Amino acid sequence: MPTKHSLTVPGQYREIRQLCQFVMDGAKEAGLDETALFHVELACDEACTNIIEHGYQGEGKGTITVSWEIVPDAFVITIHDNGRAFDPDEVPPPPEFDDTNTAANIKNLKTGGLGLHFIRSLMDSVHYQFSPNGNTLTLIKKRPSAKGSNTS
Amino acid sequence: MSESLLNISVESLKRVDLITVSGRIDSSNVTELEDALNNSLQNGRFNLVLDMADVNYISSAGLRAIVAALRDCSKRGGGVRIARPSDRVQEVLSLAGLDSLFPIYEDTVSAVGSF
Repeated sequence: MPTKHSLTVPGQYREIRQLCQFVMDGAKEAGLDETALFHVELACDEACTNIIEHGYQGEGKGTITVSWEIVPDAFVITIHDNGRAFDPDEVPPPPEFDDTNTAANIKNLKTGGLGLHFIRSLMDSVHYQFSPNGNTLTLIKKRPSAKGSNTS
Repeated sequence: MSESLLNISVESLKRVDLITVSGRIDSSNVTELEDALNNSLQNGRFNLVLDMADVNYISSAGLRAIVAALRDCSKRGGGVRIARPSDRVQEVLSLAGLDSLFPIYEDTVSAVGSF
C-alpha cells in the first residue's frame, strides 16, 4: 500500500508556496524530472489559488489540505477544501487569440480561467469530486516509467 | 514562508521604463509587481520593457498583472515588451496562448529601442 502524505494550511496566499514545496518533495521522490516538477508546482499553485479566490472567496476563510502518494505508474495529488462547490468542467477554456488583429485582441483580452487551463494542460489527468465534506481535486502526473500507459 | 522572493527595480529611460524583475511571481507577491507597473502608469510612462531573464517562476497571477499593464498601456498608445524571458516565462506565456501578444526581445537594448 502506498503511503499517503498530507499537509493542512490556512487558506492564505502566503501558505501556497509551502504546499507546493511539500508536493514537489514528493514529486522528486516519485522520480519526476525538472520539467515535470515545474508542471506539478504550477498546477498545485493554480489549484490552491483558485480555492482561495473562488472557493473561499478570500483569504482566511478555511483550510486547504494537500496530500500526495506515489503509486506504481503515477504521482497522485489530492487537494481538499470546504469552500463553495466548484466544477472545473463548467469553466470554459480561455479564448484563443487571433494574432492577425493584435489591437482588438488586447482590448478584448480576458484572462479568467487561465489557472484551470494550466492545470488541465500540465497534468495527465484531473478529477473533481464534491461531497458534504467538501471539494476534492485529484491531479495525476504519470511517472517517467509509466509514460505511454493509461492512468485515467 | 513570508519572504517575497521577488525583486523589482525600475529605471526610467528617456521614452521607456525598464522594469527588471527577478525571482518568483505568484499570488502571494503579485501585488508588488502590480504596484511597480501601476506606479509607472501613474507617472505617465506607457512604454514598458520587462526584463524577465531572472524570473524562475511565474503563475497565472503574474501573467494577469502583465496583461492588465499591456491593456492600460495600449489604450494610451504605448505597450509592454518582454526582454530576455527565462525558459519558465516563455513556457507559461506559450501555455496561456499569450506569446503572440507580447513582442519578445533577446536583449534589453533592442526592446527599449523598439519604442
